Amino acid sequence: MQPWFVDFAERIDDGKPTYLACEECGETALAPRTVCPDCGTRTLEERRLSETATVSATTTIFSSIPEYADETPYTIVVATFDEGVRLTGQLRSDGGEIDRGETVTVGAEERDDGWLVTFAPVD
Amino acid sequence: MTVQIAGVASTQFGEHPSSSTRELFTDAALAALADASLSPGDIEELYAGNFIGDLIDDQAHVGAMLADYVGARRAASMRTESACASASSAARCGVHAIEAGNADVALVGGVEMMHASGIQEVTDALANAADNEYENAAGLTFPGIYALMAQVYMDEFGVGHEELAAVAVKNYENGTANPIAQRQEETDVESVLESPPVAAPLHLQDCCPVTDGASAAVLVSEEYAEDRGLETEVSVAGSGQASDSLALQDRPDLARTRAAERAAEDAYERAGVSPEDVDVVELHDCFTIAEILAVESLGFFERGEGARGAVDGETAVDGRIPVNTSGGLLAKGHPVGATGVAQIVEITKQLEGRHPNQVADPRIGLSHTVGGSGASCVVTVLEGGA
Ligand SMILES: [Zn+2]
Repeated sequence: MQPWFVDFAERIDDGKPTYLACEECGETALAPRTVCPDCGTRTLEERRLSETATVSATTTIFSSIPEYADETPYTIVVATFDEGVRLTGQLRSDGGEIDRGETVTVGAEERDDGWLVTFAPVD
Repeated sequence: MTVQIAGVASTQFGEHPSSSTRELFTDAALAALADASLSPGDIEELYAGNFIGDLIDDQAHVGAMLADYVGARRAASMRTESACASASSAARCGVHAIEAGNADVALVGGVEMMHASGIQEVTDALANAADNEYENAAGLTFPGIYALMAQVYMDEFGVGHEELAAVAVKNYENGTANPIAQRQEETDVESVLESPPVAAPLHLQDCCPVTDGASAAVLVSEEYAEDRGLETEVSVAGSGQASDSLALQDRPDLARTRAAERAAEDAYERAGVSPEDVDVVELHDCFTIAEILAVESLGFFERGEGARGAVDGETAVDGRIPVNTSGGLLAKGHPVGATGVAQIVEITKQLEGRHPNQVADPRIGLSHTVGGSGASCVVTVLEGGA
């Protein structure tokens, strides 16, 4: 696992997630970038990301890669933050179901081989 | 300098337990050279796609290895890698070499050996096409990424799984007529829906199989073809390649492949044609949803209407715009690093009038190959009657 992702996940775990905003064009992005992916300038500023997001897409995985093969089925969520960035993580929910448009809160879990981003529904 | 296709070949797609990356590619290359009436010593440059060989075979430096075993060890050689679009990138390298006047003969192709490893290892290796940190670390598989795209598309345009399944039904049927196709059985909508779930809403028959295979094409300059008296009928009219964000999460619209739109626009402009001029298409149906997204990106259907193609027969062999007459990735199979040139092989046979699912008198053919979830796309336009 890359050091920048460990740093990114640890900030989520600390309750202080961050994102990057372009001062030139307003584009938003996630680490580890030096250059704005939209306008190409080097005017990215690190800002605090909110801890809740809206579910944009979900899928339940039945057949997986070796690392997660023993944990199927599990649900993947792509959630969009108010700031505009999207993030991918695993659903942590008692019921196990979630729909597009629902609000979730972001978290991070430390595993044997790195960090896992999670999303849990907000009641 | 116009680039012509002198010969093409694919191996049987499926399982080759007693072959290997170098042997299988050699089979395809020698068959393509024989089809071109040329020999290994004629090859000046060789470009070959290969995606997971480093992991499966513990062997990199694949370009030189393949050139060596094909009998062209003096040729300039390189392995190209842009995930599932690796071989299309190889073809572009060969086209550029000839267009620039740097070579008269380029062998382009690709090879992938996927069966020897277990399904988990292959799933793991294929996941390398995605973003390792932002996607794989979350447990997102490759079918999972397309499942996310499918969910958004189906939700936004009111499309059901039955309509996705129609793509598999069409392509499986086409595959039964193609002797090299891995899947030689027809299916129906009910069977697709009842096949085991892989990543909701996609089931097993929505997904391409795991395939061993190799393909090759011999590209020559028009001048060389004349000098050697080669019978060439097909030329490369234009190609385009474009990129998008590596991770799906960084795209503004999750159910839209913008790299494909950009690559298509570029290829159409260079070829001087529009979508209406295209007579036959091989496109990247790694999953049923992928064909629907692709026919829209390529301009054959309005956005949100791509599902109509297979449902109403517009993309059938005898339809308005025949798509994947080979059976596509879904039925022909998807040896990842070979697929782009495998598509060119099929289109060339269509334009030469010798395809097992022959379309009536096609003049313009198109191939579309997607790397990963759409971070790379290559579109190649071929013209018959050269
Ligand atoms: Zn910017």
